[in-house]
Amino acid sequence: MTTHCFQLCTVIRQSIRLFVAGSLSAVALFHTASAEPLAADRIVSIGGAVTEIIYALGEEHRLVGRDTTSSYPPAAESLPDVGYMRALSPEGVLSLSPSRIIMVEGSGPPEALQVLREADIPISDVPETYSAEGVLEKIRVVGAALGASEKAEVLADKLRADFELLATTRNAASASPRVLFVLSVRGGRVLASGTGTAANGILALAGMTNAITEFEGYKQLSDEAILTAAPDIILMMDRGGDHGGATAEILALPTLAATPAGRSGHLVQMNGLLLLGFGPRTAEAAWELKNRVEKLFGGKGETL
Amino acid sequence: MTIGVSDSTSHQSDNQMGLSLPLWSRDVRARFAILLLTAALAVTCLWSLATGPIEIPLTALWAPNSQSASAEAMRNEIVLYDIRLPRVVLGALVGGALAISGAVLQGLFRNPLADPGIVGVSAGAGLGAASFIVLGTTTLAPITAILGIYAVPVAAFVGGLATTYLLYRIGTRGGITSIATLLLAGIALGALTGAATGLLVNVADDQQLRDLNFWGLGSLAGASWEKILAAAPLIGGSMIAVLFLTRGLNALMMGEAAAFHVGIKVQRLKNIAIICVAAATGASVAVSGGIGFVGIVVPHLLRLTIGADYRYLLPASGLLGASLLILADTVSRTIVAPAELPIGIITAVTGAPFFLWILLRKKGPMGF
Repeated sequence: MTTHCFQLCTVIRQSIRLFVAGSLSAVALFHTASAEPLAADRIVSIGGAVTEIIYALGEEHRLVGRDTTSSYPPAAESLPDVGYMRALSPEGVLSLSPSRIIMVEGSGPPEALQVLREADIPISDVPETYSAEGVLEKIRVVGAALGASEKAEVLADKLRADFELLATTRNAASASPRVLFVLSVRGGRVLASGTGTAANGILALAGMTNAITEFEGYKQLSDEAILTAAPDIILMMDRGGDHGGATAEILALPTLAATPAGRSGHLVQMNGLLLLGFGPRTAEAAWELKNRVEKLFGGKGETL
Repeated sequence: MTIGVSDSTSHQSDNQMGLSLPLWSRDVRARFAILLLTAALAVTCLWSLATGPIEIPLTALWAPNSQSASAEAMRNEIVLYDIRLPRVVLGALVGGALAISGAVLQGLFRNPLADPGIVGVSAGAGLGAASFIVLGTTTLAPITAILGIYAVPVAAFVGGLATTYLLYRIGTRGGITSIATLLLAGIALGALTGAATGLLVNVADDQQLRDLNFWGLGSLAGASWEKILAAAPLIGGSMIAVLFLTRGLNALMMGEAAAFHVGIKVQRLKNIAIICVAAATGASVAVSGGIGFVGIVVPHLLRLTIGADYRYLLPASGLLGASLLILADTVSRTIVAPAELPIGIITAVTGAPFFLWILLRKKGPMGF
C-alpha cells in the first residue's frame, strides 16, 4: 500500500514538474540572481546545549545557523535563527546551504526532517538525558559529528572531573534541602517540576531533593500539594530584569508564602538555559545553585 | 430576513466597493469575476512557487530533465518539487475547501457566522490531534507504531468526522435535522471536547504544549505528496458534490418551508452538505491544523461583490480561498526566514482587519 502510494506520488510528481517547469520559465525572465554555492563545511545547530558545545569546542566558525533555543553564548544570537527546534522550516534550513545538521533529540517536525533527509543533508541526532553522563554523551556525539572527537574527549574529561568533584561534595554533605522548582506562576497557578525533567536533573546534581516526586513533568500544583511539599527553597528561572518583581509575585501567593521557603524568603533565580540546558555549563550551574543555596542558609550548610 | 439583495441595492454596494461594472447583469458580472479569480489563482501559484528563502534561478528549469547532478541543482529540485509545490497544491485544496465549506454552512444554517467549526469538525479534530500529540508515545504508542508520522493527521480526521456524526445524530429526530438543535448541541459538544483537550494539556510536557500551540495556529509546513494524495480525493470529491447543491441552497435562502414548497428535498440537502463539509474540512484540518478566518471572510467578501447566488458563490469562494491561503502561506514561509510563522497568525492578522473594514463600509445588514 505504502509503496503503491509512493509510486503514484512519483508519477504525479513527474507529470506536474514538467508542467510547472514550463510555466515557471515565464516567471524566470524576472529572476537573474543565482544561489550561493554550497560550501563544504556549514553546520546548522538545533538545540541550546548543542550550540553551546560547538562553541565550547571552538568550532563555532563552522556554524551558519541555529534554532531559537540557542541563545548562549551571546555571539550565537547573531547567527540566522531557523525557528523553534520543534517547528523547523525545511526550506528555511536548506536556504542556509548546510553541509550537516546537528540536532538534539526531539527536534522536528518529522515532516521537515523527512524533506531534509531527502535533500541528502547528513543529520546527527544528539541524545538528551538529564544527567552528568548525558552531558558527556552529548559532547562526544557532537564532537564526532564535527570530526573533532579528540577535542570533545578533552572537554568531556574536564567536565567529568567537575562532575566527580560535585559528586564527592554531594556525598559528604549532611543535609539535602528540599527544593521546589517553579516554572511559572501565571494567574496564581503554580506550575512546578515533578520528576523526569531537566530541573529534577540539576537538583540531583547539586545534591538537593526535589520537593515534588508525585508526578512526572511540569504540572499545576494544588495549594495543599504546595504545603505538603514544604520546600526549603523555591527555585525559578531568571527572566531577566524582573528580580524584585518575581520575588514579590511569589511571596504574594499565600500558599507559597506559607512554605518554609516562603517564610524565610529563600528564593533562588537562575538563567534558564544555564540551569536547564544540560550542556557544557551544567556542572558550573550545579555549583552556582549549591553556592547560592548555601549562602541563603548563611553558613548552616558546609562551605565549598 | 433579507431575501438575497435586490438589484438596485447591490449596485449601490458595488459602487461602495469601488467596482465600476454597474451596467452588467449580475450573471455576466459573476462569470467575469470567476474568470478573474481563476487567473488570479494561476498567477498566485506561480508567484508562490518562485518565492522563498532560497533564491532559485528559474532559468535552470528550462530543461527539467537535464542531468545536472550538482548538489545545488538537486537541492533546488527538492525545494521546488518537495517543499514549495506540495505547499501550493495543499494550500489551494485547503483554502478552497475552507472557503466553500464556509459558504455552504452559512447557507445551510442561514447564519452569517457559520464556519466549518459549527458542525464540530474543528473541535473534534483538535481533540484527535491533541490525543496523539500528548499520548502518542505512551498510551497510544501501538497506534503510533502503525501510523508513524501520520498518526496526528489521521487522528484529527477521525476526530473531526466522529464529532460531526455525533452532532448529526443528536440533531436528527424522526429523519429531520433541526438546525437549532445542531447549533446548540454543537456548543455543548465543543465544551466537552474542549474539556478533554484541557485534560490532555494538563498531562502534557512543555514540548508537547508547544506542539499543541503550533498545531492550533495551523501550518502548511508539513505538506507532502503523501498528504495531498490522501486529502485530495476527499476534498475534491466533496467540493465537486456540493456544487450540485447550489439550486437547493439558493432556495433555502427563503427559508426551509419555502424551499420545501419549490420542490427541494431539504433533508437530503442537509445530509449531503454536512457529509461533504465534514469530509472536506476534516481532511483540511488534518493536514494543516487549525486555520481560521478563511471560511468566514471569503464567502462574505464575495457575497458583497458578486451576490448571494450559490451557483457563482461556491466556485468563486473556492478560487478566492485557494489564492488567499497560498498567498498567506508564501508570507509565512518568507517573512521570518529562515524560520517560519504559523499561517493561522497571518490569516487572522490580515483577515480580521479587512473583515472589519468591509463591515464598516457596508451600510445595512450583510448581503444575506
